[in-house]
Amino acid sequence: MATERELTMAKAIAEAIDQEMERDERVFVMGEDVGIYGGIFGATQGLYEKYGGERVMDTPISETAFIGAATGAAAEGMRPIVELMFVDFFGVCMDQIYNHLAKNTYMSGGHAHYPVVLTTAIGGGYNDAAQHSQCLYSIFAHVPGLKVVVPSTAYDAKGLMISAIRDDNPVMYFFHKGLMGLGWMKYHPRSVTPVPEEPYTIPFGQADIKRPGNDVTIVSLAMMVHRALDAADELAKEGIEAEVIDLRTLVPLDKETVVNSVKKTHRLLVVDEDYHSFGMTGEIAAIVAEEALDYLDAPIRRLAVPDVPIPYSRPLEQFVLPSAERIAATVRSMME
Amino acid sequence: MNLSKDQLLAMYRQMWTIRHFEDEMAAAYMEGKTPAFDIGSGPVPGEMHLAAGQEPVAVGTCMHLRKEDTVVGTHRPHHFAIAKGIELNKLAAEIFGKVTGLGKGKGGHMHLFDVEHKFSCSGIVGASFPPACGAALAAKKMGKDWVAVAFAGEGAANQGAFHEALNLAALWKLPVLFIIEDNSWAISVAKHQSTAIPDNSQRAAGYGIPGVRVDENDVLAVYEVVGEAVQRARRGEGPSLIEVKTDRLYGHFQGDPEVYRPKDEVAKLKANDPILRFGNQLLEQGMATQQELDAARDAAKADVDAAFAYARQSPYPAPESALEDVFV
Ligand SMILES: Cc1ncc(C[n+]2csc(CCOP(=O)(O)OP(=O)(O)O)c2C)c(N)n1
Repeated sequence: MATERELTMAKAIAEAIDQEMERDERVFVMGEDVGIYGGIFGATQGLYEKYGGERVMDTPISETAFIGAATGAAAEGMRPIVELMFVDFFGVCMDQIYNHLAKNTYMSGGHAHYPVVLTTAIGGGYNDAAQHSQCLYSIFAHVPGLKVVVPSTAYDAKGLMISAIRDDNPVMYFFHKGLMGLGWMKYHPRSVTPVPEEPYTIPFGQADIKRPGNDVTIVSLAMMVHRALDAADELAKEGIEAEVIDLRTLVPLDKETVVNSVKKTHRLLVVDEDYHSFGMTGEIAAIVAEEALDYLDAPIRRLAVPDVPIPYSRPLEQFVLPSAERIAATVRSMME
Repeated sequence: MNLSKDQLLAMYRQMWTIRHFEDEMAAAYMEGKTPAFDIGSGPVPGEMHLAAGQEPVAVGTCMHLRKEDTVVGTHRPHHFAIAKGIELNKLAAEIFGKVTGLGKGKGGHMHLFDVEHKFSCSGIVGASFPPACGAALAAKKMGKDWVAVAFAGEGAANQGAFHEALNLAALWKLPVLFIIEDNSWAISVAKHQSTAIPDNSQRAAGYGIPGVRVDENDVLAVYEVVGEAVQRARRGEGPSLIEVKTDRLYGHFQGDPEVYRPKDEVAKLKANDPILRFGNQLLEQGMATQQELDAARDAAKADVDAAFAYARQSPYPAPESALEDVFV
């Protein structure tokens, strides 16, 4: 492992797509600025040069048409990877996703297959305001029929992308802008990891314990995994050992790892960069309340965006996004 | 054309206000981002889409508009906002994320709202068309001769919202104008790669409304074509679609490496700068002296400088105010 090269998450994703395109000629990419630009967040860099415009297709700004077209192409046996720059933009084409892509398999009695990977960027922290900073994965996890993948490191990103492409079901693949390792945006250094050169898969529905601990369980995903790890480092100096669980996929969800951890630590904090109400934090809290309530030594706590749109101005945005300091402070209050 | 000297000079000055505003913004935006470009640092938050070169569309159109007329802009909104008459101080302060801004620092560069001047915009491409129809519908229901204008880029004209809005406006004979800024690019995707016909104004035929193409990035040409459409709308004769050829002098956003753009394109566009051309035209036709042009340009600069000073001096909002204003 020590000699392995390190990659940014963007490069790891692009490499995964590249290897799958090489392996399977039915795989193709389409989306806005995925061609010569290589994707605004670099997820398709180098692919256009290698495969050309027939397999790496820039689309018009017509999301209903091209994302709906992915469903249609998949039904014919193709395996489209289709990018929509920011998750915030899905409103314009939601019907094609949640009424068709997500439901057709079921409505066909399992006969029709839709191996589509839908990629998009999530997350704030760089002041891009209310229409460009959301996470929103819970909206997609809420609708049956979509697998939901949210990696936090380059290693996970590659393995989960290859799994996504090989999956015969629709997969929503969310990458956090602040984890992509872009030259123009501060990124969390922990997202850059060793990545094997050869293709490998990471099965969906297996959470990863990013840091073991016995005193409190912190469940999270994407950027907040790293904030939780930062908080855990601080807490360790005070003798508090936090176990940090990275869910990696919301659908399927690895309840077992979460529940087992809480049975061990007796405390649960769920941290999310998505909105507080009716989202991931509520889901995890409910599962633990159903399956491990008797093990809890403190009330379950949640940290998330406090049900306001993401504000533009820097002090406001910092106020609403969960920080490592706030995570640490919340854990301290749970230990009392 | 029935424009007085004062009006022509006002248009010239306004174009310079926009250009100075964008240039000041470009400079302010880069502060604290050098040597390495870091989108999350410096005095101006977030992304930045500037409209330098596209002044003729905004100014030529808004000269026809009153305060009661509605304008819905795009993710590249400053030129529309300024031409619609939004107070420069509040505009600049909002873009700096200050509490004195249009939205108390909550909306920002792509989300400018001015109720008084009936201006709004959106970071979602194609989102300008339907609300403009709504404003026009309201004017009609209230018996007013107000019009609404939706601006959008040529990329946005491939959105379903554009086609649905055109049909609705035509069907209901709404007093609305759809004005497409064709700057040839939607980020890295050239128009010919995204649009099956060369000219969006032809699409008007599909809805039985007038469609006009303005082939030059020229403020007077825009003024003339839009004038007819506004009069038509005020008379209750329904919507129009206008596409104007214009030029994006800067990147799609500030910091855009523009790897997709031919190397010499920008130099060519700059040599044909619409503000300089307009100034020369005024001189040649004896409509203004060099002194008058310089005075207009200087006055514009003074306004912009004052607005930026105001924005920089203004305080940031209190962090907890993030929790306010979800509902009124
Ligand atoms: C619904 C939606 N899809 C994609 C985007 C990303 N995006 C922002 S600007 C842009 C290009 C817009 O091009 P055009 O309409 O021609 O306007 P221009 O930027 O040239 O002024 C794209 C694709 C978005 N903001 N909203």
